[in-house]
Amino acid sequence: MTTDVTLDLTKENSNDGVNFDAVKDETIALKVEDLNLYYDKKQALNNINLHIPEKKVTAFIGPSGCGKSTLLRCFNRMNDLVDIARVEGAIKLHDNNIYGKDVNVADLRRNVGMVFQKPNPFPKSIYENVAYGLRLQGINKRSVLDEVVEWALKGAALWDEVKDRLDENALGLSGGQQQRLVIARSIAVQPEVLLLDEPASALDPISTLKIEELIHDLKDQYTIVIVTHNMQQAARVSDYTAFMFMGDLVEFDETDVIFTNPRKKKTEDYITGRYG
Amino acid sequence: MDKSLFTKHISQKFNQELENVRQRVLTMGGMVEEQIGDSLEALASLDSNLCKKVIERDEKVNAYEVSIDEECARILAKRQPAAGDLRLVVAIIKTITDLERIGDEAEKIAHMANHIALSLEDSMPSKKQFGAVMHLGSHVKTMLNEALDAFARLDVEAALKVAQKETTADKEYNAITRQLITYMMEDPRSITSALDVMWSARALERIGDHARNICEYVIYLVEGKDVRHVSLEEMEKLAQGRQE
Repeated sequence: MTTDVTLDLTKENSNDGVNFDAVKDETIALKVEDLNLYYDKKQALNNINLHIPEKKVTAFIGPSGCGKSTLLRCFNRMNDLVDIARVEGAIKLHDNNIYGKDVNVADLRRNVGMVFQKPNPFPKSIYENVAYGLRLQGINKRSVLDEVVEWALKGAALWDEVKDRLDENALGLSGGQQQRLVIARSIAVQPEVLLLDEPASALDPISTLKIEELIHDLKDQYTIVIVTHNMQQAARVSDYTAFMFMGDLVEFDETDVIFTNPRKKKTEDYITGRYG
Repeated sequence: MDKSLFTKHISQKFNQELENVRQRVLTMGGMVEEQIGDSLEALASLDSNLCKKVIERDEKVNAYEVSIDEECARILAKRQPAAGDLRLVVAIIKTITDLERIGDEAEKIAHMANHIALSLEDSMPSKKQFGAVMHLGSHVKTMLNEALDAFARLDVEAALKVAQKETTADKEYNAITRQLITYMMEDPRSITSALDVMWSARALERIGDHARNICEYVIYLVEGKDVRHVSLEEMEKLAQGRQE
């Protein structure tokens, strides 16, 4: 009896849909190893194993509640803020376990920046929004800040639109501009990884395209992980796609494979809009 | 891929659109089969009226191609299909091109038949060749029929079998060519009509090629593997299923 149960578990948690070969020629930025996450007694992530390549865009897709945002939040330990969340297993950022004992979480979050669905600029000037992270680090020299603010705003494709009004309140910007401002704020502290949680789902189509274009430009310098409900968006912006379902990582492969010839029926049903 | 045909989408209308366009491909296929049958009959009986009928009906086949193409473009624009749905639309766009070409080949045969019928030559040695041409004709007509069947049932095994039959069509065509050359050398007066028969046989051989192409699209549709421009053995190897 016991044996049967164990066998079933292995089957359920198998990673046979994860094509590690797809990323075998890439440098791996993030290695997820046997990751389990529980909210109190409920298991939200089941034995995830995944390699996220450096300077590429990896998209997480899946229905609501499948665990994609939960997994994304594991990468900068945002789940630490949830009292009932408990994490097992490891996530290695260039071979250092970010769940290790001596990890400084503030440093980690600087290195692994995050942008949310709803733009969340601070009620400060555009300039101060971007300079915020540097000021936190104790950098207050105007010439340094000026340089970084311009660089970050250019990097986020916002500079031309705001360069003449850097002192205006950031809340006066449009939604799309605010989102790019938040991205500028994230890259100002020069992280290695950018986590984007539905970065364009509250934006109009043109702003969405600008964000997508920006993601494309940013991947030259950053490892990007994006969660999106918009499958066409995942297909357009990402190099690799992970499909999650009910806490399982069902399939991971090159985006082209996932959208033209997925291996798993569950993936196919989801991306073609079928009920499984 | 899921063989429960293209149903089960959350959007019922999408189900209908895909099913509708799939049905229309099969209708077009049926029409093209009929064209081959009639053109062969016209060739056997040298019936000018039947020839004309085939030639006129090719317009209809062309119209089908255009309208199915439009429907596919509309589905691509509005539904952004992915995975199996995308492969279905791509396979359809390619299949109807081959069907239209088969229609053209049937029309060509009808023209040749008409030409032979109207020719004033007394000696028609080419008639002796009709038997072999008819045999090739029924062979490729069956190929098309089975290819469309494989398409309708998403049947990779059947598609592979049809593809294998193309070799026979090639062999028969070569045999016909050799024999016609012999006739032409024996009696130069037969050259005009022998050439007509030769072109008809050529058209039939091409129909076999197009039927094989359709089988390749069926394998692409079902397995997601591109099996064009590979040997039959390679094709079989590639056509092994992989989705779980």
